[in-house]
Amino acid sequence: MRRAELTAHAIALGLLVLAPWWLSPYDLSLLGRFLAMSILALGLTIVWGWSGLLSLGQGVFFGLGAYALAMNLKLAALAPGDLPDFMVWSGFSRLPWWWAPFRHPLVALAAVVLVPAAVAAAFGWLVFHRRVRGVYFALLTQALALAFSTFLVSQQAYTGGFSGLTNFGPLFGVQLADQKGQTALYGVTLVLLTASYALATWLSKSHFGRLLVAIRDGENRVRFLGYNAAPYKVAAFTLAAAFAGLAGALYVAQVGVISPDMVGVVPSIEMLIWVAVGGRESLAGAVLGCLLVNFGKDWVSSAMPSLWLFVMGGLFVLVVTVLPRGIGQLVSVRVPRRRPAEVAPAAQELAGQ
Amino acid sequence: MNQPLLQIEHLTVRFDAFTAIDDLSLTVPARSVRVLIGPNGAGKSTLLDAIIGRVRPAAGRIVFKGRDLTHLPEHRIVRAGICRKFQAPGLLDSLTVHDNLVVAEARSRRWPALLRTQPTAAQAGRIDGILATVGLTAERHRPAGRLAHGQKQWLEIGMVVASGAELLLLDEPAAGMSLGEREQTADLLQRLADRHSLLVIDHDMAFVERLGAPVSVLHVGRLLKEGSLQDVRQDPQVRAVYLGRVDECEYDYA
Repeated sequence: MRRAELTAHAIALGLLVLAPWWLSPYDLSLLGRFLAMSILALGLTIVWGWSGLLSLGQGVFFGLGAYALAMNLKLAALAPGDLPDFMVWSGFSRLPWWWAPFRHPLVALAAVVLVPAAVAAAFGWLVFHRRVRGVYFALLTQALALAFSTFLVSQQAYTGGFSGLTNFGPLFGVQLADQKGQTALYGVTLVLLTASYALATWLSKSHFGRLLVAIRDGENRVRFLGYNAAPYKVAAFTLAAAFAGLAGALYVAQVGVISPDMVGVVPSIEMLIWVAVGGRESLAGAVLGCLLVNFGKDWVSSAMPSLWLFVMGGLFVLVVTVLPRGIGQLVSVRVPRRRPAEVAPAAQELAGQ
Repeated sequence: MNQPLLQIEHLTVRFDAFTAIDDLSLTVPARSVRVLIGPNGAGKSTLLDAIIGRVRPAAGRIVFKGRDLTHLPEHRIVRAGICRKFQAPGLLDSLTVHDNLVVAEARSRRWPALLRTQPTAAQAGRIDGILATVGLTAERHRPAGRLAHGQKQWLEIGMVVASGAELLLLDEPAAGMSLGEREQTADLLQRLADRHSLLVIDHDMAFVERLGAPVSVLHVGRLLKEGSLQDVRQDPQVRAVYLGRVDECEYDYA
């Protein structure tokens, strides 16, 4: 990273670390949930920006992570032996077997990452080994998003149906809705976002990151250079799903509710807009785009609730036509234009490059 | 070296009712250059497609160093030692010239390379050598998409070399080049022939002449004639085929 970029990153991180001291609790809670969603945006940069896989189903993985943690939090609110209210209404007398493991917070936390990753790996393996590409891939992921939200609504006895899961109990003895709990969650979110960002930055400089761009630029060329492209695409898609699951869990812990309308087709498209606004190849752009669009949405929605969808559509048209590389054009931590170290890498570092 | 590097045995490729390659047999010895010529639709590119697994033959075998490649997946054929340059340059446009070669380099395909941020010293040395061979050392940091047309062709030849393949299939490597560039390309291919076998498709007779290699003439999916360019040029059947007077000659397929 160049020195100017490092400085910009350090300033941004410093501002975020100090945010609990200079933001109102309301603004901090907004910032916290948007930072959580930024982790998903990083995953979209990897899968869409670098690998060229237009996923219209990222809400599914966000939802899987969110529901995994929400199941634990829902059970934590109940006395031992009690069932969630929607199960009681459906006449259940025992907890379904697949709910039971989520009593343990560690199981739920592992599931937050592992379940979306496993679903994405299985889906990706089927699709990429069959060489489904381009618009067909996008349509399949959209079908996945539609099927997932429909499933959640229709299986009310197991999922809470249309109203989803809410009224949560404590996690590791901490009441998440408290001021203290919220500040702690903000800290955890910031740490995990920083870690995800660091991981993605390193990947962008690795041969794996270079291969993803290569596959996007010319999958056939890469195949006829002796690579089987499918496993790399599966890996990228799986990693992005794990990021989305993590984002979903951090989101639900802060917001206190998850429902099917947060994980379906429309939210999945909105996620793409964050990344498109930020510039789809840029990690910094993904985070900035996510924050800008979501703060904008909060501002527009509170001023005039019916206006948001039009603003969102207009934004998308604007970005596609005028700023195809998004506002990331101004920030630039992009994958492709890297300088390979030449004769004297140490000298380049000394020169501050 | 008795065994030929590549043996094509009774190969037939069909697209529905159309037979693009018809019971074709051909051998390529090690460390040799062979040029494929023939009118449009003769099946030259389809033959290369069949060798690299892009199309699957209806009958026949493709044997490379004694190993039957006919039903291997594409990437395994490359790993066995055959790599192809396509007619329209197929580069990784947003990567630099250098990074195109890193992706192509044989050792990048092994999994420990995946998480490395820089090529190893051995890889870097090979890549520098290839850059010098194809004359792109000064362009190494440019995105491949911004190269001039001739440079793109050279870069892709460099990538095919970097893949570590013994047999290079070059589909019109000099297409769209200026006269001077074509001569440079012919000289480049001759240098590569020290270490590789080349199977080259081209239409330009001056280029083929400069290569100075034996020529195989394809016509309607069959081998019409093999020999030096001089012999082939004199051949009445070949002349008839190129001039479109097919009906005037009797077929006698080699």
